[in-house]
Amino acid sequence: MSHQYTIALAGNPNAGKTSVFNALTGARQHVGNYPGVTVEYKEGLTQHQGQSVQVVDLPGTYSLTAYSPEELVARNYLIGRRPDVVVDVVDASNLERNLYLAVQLMELGVPLVICLNMVDVAKTRGLKIDADKLSRLFGVPVVSTVARQNQGMSELLAAAVELAESEPEWHPLNISYGSDVDQGVDEVADILQGAQERHGLLSARWLAVKCLEGDQEVIERVRETPELAEKLLPVCERVAGHIKSTMDDDPDSIIADYRYGYITGITRQVVTSEREVRMDLSDKLDQVLTHRLLGPLLLFAVLYGIYNFVFWASEVPVVVLENFFGWLGGAVEGALPPGVLRSLIVSGIIGGVGGVLGFAPLIAFMFFAIAIMEDSGYMARVAYIMDRVLRIFGLHGNSVMALMVGGGLSGGCAVPGVMATRTLKDPKARLATILTVPFMNCGAKLPVYSLLIAAFFAHRQAEMLFLLTLISWGLGLGAAKLLRVTLLRGEQAPFVMELPPYRAPTMKGLVIHTWERTWQYAKKAGTMILGVSVLMWAAMSFPGLPQEQDAAWQKRIDAASTASARLELKSGRAQDELAGTVAGRAGRALTAITAPLGFDWRANVALVGGFAAKEVIVSTLGVAYSLGEVDPEHSQSLSQRLAAEPAWNSLKAFALIIFVMVYAPCLATVVMIRKETGTWRWALFSVAYNTLIAYLLALAVFQGGRALGLG
Amino acid sequence: MTPEVTLRQLRPGQRAVVKKVGTGGELGRRMREMGLLPGTEIQVIGRAPLRDPVEIKLRGYNLTLRNNEADFITVEIGEAL
Ligand SMILES: Nc1nc2c(ncn2[C@@H]2O[C@H](COP(=O)(O)OP(=O)(O)OP(=O)(O)O)[C@@H](O)[C@H]2O)c(=O)[nH]1
Ligand SMILES: [Mg+2]
Repeated sequence: MSHQYTIALAGNPNAGKTSVFNALTGARQHVGNYPGVTVEYKEGLTQHQGQSVQVVDLPGTYSLTAYSPEELVARNYLIGRRPDVVVDVVDASNLERNLYLAVQLMELGVPLVICLNMVDVAKTRGLKIDADKLSRLFGVPVVSTVARQNQGMSELLAAAVELAESEPEWHPLNISYGSDVDQGVDEVADILQGAQERHGLLSARWLAVKCLEGDQEVIERVRETPELAEKLLPVCERVAGHIKSTMDDDPDSIIADYRYGYITGITRQVVTSEREVRMDLSDKLDQVLTHRLLGPLLLFAVLYGIYNFVFWASEVPVVVLENFFGWLGGAVEGALPPGVLRSLIVSGIIGGVGGVLGFAPLIAFMFFAIAIMEDSGYMARVAYIMDRVLRIFGLHGNSVMALMVGGGLSGGCAVPGVMATRTLKDPKARLATILTVPFMNCGAKLPVYSLLIAAFFAHRQAEMLFLLTLISWGLGLGAAKLLRVTLLRGEQAPFVMELPPYRAPTMKGLVIHTWERTWQYAKKAGTMILGVSVLMWAAMSFPGLPQEQDAAWQKRIDAASTASARLELKSGRAQDELAGTVAGRAGRALTAITAPLGFDWRANVALVGGFAAKEVIVSTLGVAYSLGEVDPEHSQSLSQRLAAEPAWNSLKAFALIIFVMVYAPCLATVVMIRKETGTWRWALFSVAYNTLIAYLLALAVFQGGRALGLG
Repeated sequence: MTPEVTLRQLRPGQRAVVKKVGTGGELGRRMREMGLLPGTEIQVIGRAPLRDPVEIKLRGYNLTLRNNEADFITVEIGEAL
């Protein structure tokens, strides 16, 4: 798409960038992904007086250091792509801290427009901000806006386009960091001046400041030119050492002090406070919502409420979708002649993709609930309340949401659970959380549990489910701790986090959030899942029975006198068929390994199939135990069959439950882990880690139980 | 004479002025970019149910940090609320 100008939206998290973006572009957007990191950016188009303008929503940052992936992404975008204009969305009710980024943008020198957003909030807090004066003092256009009510948007766009039309140069702002630091900066900048052409259009002074701040990214770049590095780095070290000895502080903290000094010098002239608000409504709400006793109770009530809401609201749409795919399968079955093609389309494609898409409403509602928690500001409080507990296991307060979504209350899905870890900034805690999510009891494991519980623990159904929830949390947190003291060992990243004020979410915001995430989930069904379900279908269909065996079965079926006898024979054939397929053979081969757990080849086939989706376990067991296709919702007869089977007992069933709870996450989850961690390594690790733990646990349960004379 | 204590020792409602941020590295940088610098006025809003982390107000917004992070911040207690 061609466009005349590009406007990049920068700003602190929660300042209203996305609201501005949506107001400008009408949310006709394209969600992209920065390579290497799972930070997303959005691009959209808008019109201004017949010119088409591209708007880019950058990730929210507090600063332009190279401290977090968001910051790095935002900075590299600004430097690498050089948008025509940068609009810094500033929260007017929180001006000082927001201007810290604005000043850094000016130091970098980008053509800047300040969008003074949330002036309505500032007003209710009794703050009066003189936008014209701010504009004069900073020397950049300032436009007051209320993004969530579309106020000031055309003025903002006009100001940005006007600036872009003047084809502005980059004008780095020079502010003084005190004579000692300034001297050091000059010294370093002089050396860089000589090598200027290497740095494109970045000013030598900016680079010098970054070197003194100890900015790893910039220093790395300097190192790429060994002659320069040789001259420069010792000087940096000497200057930094000198500053440290004379001022008793690091250069970067002195620089930050002066930046804030510069900002307060300006805000003092621009902001007048009509009254001093000590405790606003948001603080009062916090007194209740994070109260020592009420806080946790309310949190539990909210999570429980969400869980119930999601399942209640999605019940009908899920059934509708399931019926639709059932109908579609039936229609295709009727339209095509029996054979491989029909089986491929019905079982492989429609069955596989439908299984994933059928869950989409549930996932959409879960995301809707999460969006409410996020947009209202409550999510940050959940992290605040839970942090002390989760920290023990090397996780973070924010991990709790991912674990809940992943099935912490039993029922849920690990795919959005893994996605929900995006709110975690600490990379190691995030990775640990991602690898913990698959331990939760997702909705697909529940049919397996209910089957086995009905067969062997029928008198204790509710207690068993509750016990399994506890076990999954215990195992998940234990596994997280294990990772955090081994592979993911390391200092915890700083927690220091903003608690945004409580706000009423807007419907538009909620819908957009929900849609974006649900779409990502659904998109997968059309690509990865499609391929894999076809593969699984093939593994469970080929090679078919040899011609003469099939003919023999057919003859017996034809000869059967009653309908029930015919059905029995058909199941017999299905079982025979399955045993001969690739999956069946794999199941047999695996018995050498799984025998100590008490699993026979039938259980193995089901577990192999369950790797595609855990729901498959029940249906495969059904085939293997010669019942024909078993509907996971109505596994009554299968559970009776298992209970009657002499080779099965409650100990074996419990070992299988534990194994199913813990072993390899389903394929969709593995793909999502790959996507969110950026490498196959962690995705494959999670398969191995979970399967190993599952094996050891099931072994301990089965052999331990036998030693105790159980089962 | 106002006593100098660390942020951890403040009670909810108490106000204070930051005297020193005694840490560098990532934590120090993070605190600085959030505006937690010497001279900044802060007020403790509350503590999480397990008494950790702590919620404070500064520069008109709310920030939370863990107790072991608050230990690095020396403050001078001002008037109580
Ligand atoms: N009262 C008021 N609320 C606003 C205004 N602009 C945005 N909001 C609300 O502020 C919250 C945050 O807005 P977002 O647009 O998501 O902020 P963001 O900068 O994109 O945040 P991140 O993506 O987290 O960096 C939302 O609840 C908005 O509805 C405004 O001008 N006035
Ligand atoms: Mg946003």
